[in-house]
Amino acid sequence: MSAEVFSLFYQFADVFAFLILSAAGLAIVFGMMGVINMAHGEFIMCGAYVTVGLVNLGVPLAIAQILAAVTAGLIGVLVEFLVVRRFYKRPLDSLLATWGLSLIVTQSMLLIVGSAVRGIGTPEGSFAIGDYTFSTYRLVLFGCAVAVLAGLYIIFMKTRFGVIARATMQNAAMAKALGARTGRIYAISFGIGTGLAGLCGALYAPTMTLIPTMGATFVVESFVTVVIGGANVLLGTAPAAVFLAMIRMALNASYGQIIGQIGMLVAVIVIIRVLPEGLSSVLVRRGR
Amino acid sequence: MFKLLEGPQTLGRGKKFWLCFVAVLAGALSYPLFADSYGVGNFAYFLIWIFMALGLCLMWGYGGMLSFGQTLFFGIAGYGYGVLAINMGGGTATIAALALSVVLAMIAAGILGYFMIWGGINGIFFGIVTLSATLVLAFFLGQTAGPEWHIGPARLNGFNGMKGMDPLTVGDFYVEGSALYYVMVALIVIVYLALRMLVNSGIGNVIVATRENPQRAEMLGYDVRKYQLLTFVIGSGLAGLSGALYTSWGQFITPSSIGLPAAAMPIVWVAFSGRSDLTATLVGSFLLLFGFQTITVYSQQAALVLMGALLLATVMLAPQGFVLGIGKLAAGWWGGRGPSDAGASLTETARLQSKES
Repeated sequence: MSAEVFSLFYQFADVFAFLILSAAGLAIVFGMMGVINMAHGEFIMCGAYVTVGLVNLGVPLAIAQILAAVTAGLIGVLVEFLVVRRFYKRPLDSLLATWGLSLIVTQSMLLIVGSAVRGIGTPEGSFAIGDYTFSTYRLVLFGCAVAVLAGLYIIFMKTRFGVIARATMQNAAMAKALGARTGRIYAISFGIGTGLAGLCGALYAPTMTLIPTMGATFVVESFVTVVIGGANVLLGTAPAAVFLAMIRMALNASYGQIIGQIGMLVAVIVIIRVLPEGLSSVLVRRGR
Repeated sequence: MFKLLEGPQTLGRGKKFWLCFVAVLAGALSYPLFADSYGVGNFAYFLIWIFMALGLCLMWGYGGMLSFGQTLFFGIAGYGYGVLAINMGGGTATIAALALSVVLAMIAAGILGYFMIWGGINGIFFGIVTLSATLVLAFFLGQTAGPEWHIGPARLNGFNGMKGMDPLTVGDFYVEGSALYYVMVALIVIVYLALRMLVNSGIGNVIVATRENPQRAEMLGYDVRKYQLLTFVIGSGLAGLSGALYTSWGQFITPSSIGLPAAAMPIVWVAFSGRSDLTATLVGSFLLLFGFQTITVYSQQAALVLMGALLLATVMLAPQGFVLGIGKLAAGWWGGRGPSDAGASLTETARLQSKES
């Protein structure tokens, strides 16, 4: 019996980790600047490629993954400086600009590195409970997702940077008037967002085939999680992921991945009709 | 009614503009006389996509709704045409298949649009939800390779795409080559003129008023949601028309014409051309398609990199669109004075007032 319960938890944890890891970066950037980074998938791809490249050079997996996340974060800061910075007053244009960037990166990668790269294989290791065996790495991913949530909580709620960042999120003009360097806050947040995207790519690199278009595999999940989460991403993202993971898990188990994805999308479309502001609006109202 | 062909919402008025229009139309009509059949087929292929671009121009430029889902409805109607044409057995029934598949796309747009518009989704989220739906459809169709995925005798065939449907047919006559080209030109003229009339009509003014300020439009007594839904359904229906014509043109359709990067293409065309004007979109999209096709022959990736760069350059350098900017310059140079925005909005106000009274 406990094996079945654990199996259910395992499936939930798998989907939950995927949703949180793929959406966290996008959510931070959106919550901070009201900007959706359409090149999010390409930062995920970047993280995956750097990881695999480093591992093939002989770097241990965990270190390669951290370096990949850092690389994606630094590239993100650069992109913020060169492109995104110009569009804070025009969020829709930043959507288009980053989409243009995403097209350029994906297709250039296809031109330069070709369609497939030698993968590195999922780290071995499994354990058995009852009649079921489980991959350890999937639980590591779940642990990482929880760690990312905890890390974000600490950064945004317990540090000086977090206080200023939340002030900027709430009212950028006021924060600026009080002396916060909002430009720098934006750059750092964008870097954190893309760094988390890179981390997502790095963590999933061993489990999937590396192709330049792999970013597209993550974007639907990250988009819908952010949409359901609503404007207050610090509050909304985790419950949104829990909610979507439940639906996804139930449908995946009985009908397979693609029906799971369709069901998730339908749920999202129905939810936005009922709760246009997302889950966080309900939570905020409760809190008052 | 024909007075609505020109008005505050569209650029180009007076004899000079319509003389140009007739000259371009005459050029387009006489093109098959001196071009080889390959060239005519190619031109017909560019023209297929114009409907999708005009639809997006209506939604985004006039209605202020940035839909990333043009290829979603393109795909629904494209696959719809295939399934219907195969099931209804070709022949003249393909005309019905074309019409029905466009209706199908419009129904789908109505359902999706209802949930988004009545849920108050706008701006960035509108784009994201439509794009998510698009990608999910592409993923879904991509995994329908097995023989169990069929509708009647029509197999969906996964990534390889659907094939084996008849092209548009009247009796025993296949509408192909220059006949198809003339059909396309006629359809574009009809759609273009009809859209001009729509945006210059009372409905069009409400659509534009909603774009400018939804609350104000609502205070003036309009249920803006209905107008937005109407805009969305028409714009998506035009994408559907493109899709059905595409399937009929090549007698195949694959999921890759729905997913990324295909979904980004209409955005690039319309943004580059200038989303706030139908004529600019028409001209610009055609030029881009022509350029894209020329480069694709050598390298598809390079062509797509260029499209991405164009999108980035448009947003950074000319957010209103390049073709529109050049068009306004040319109009100002030619006519002595450009169609000034202040004048346009004044007439708009006057029109709205006269309608209210």
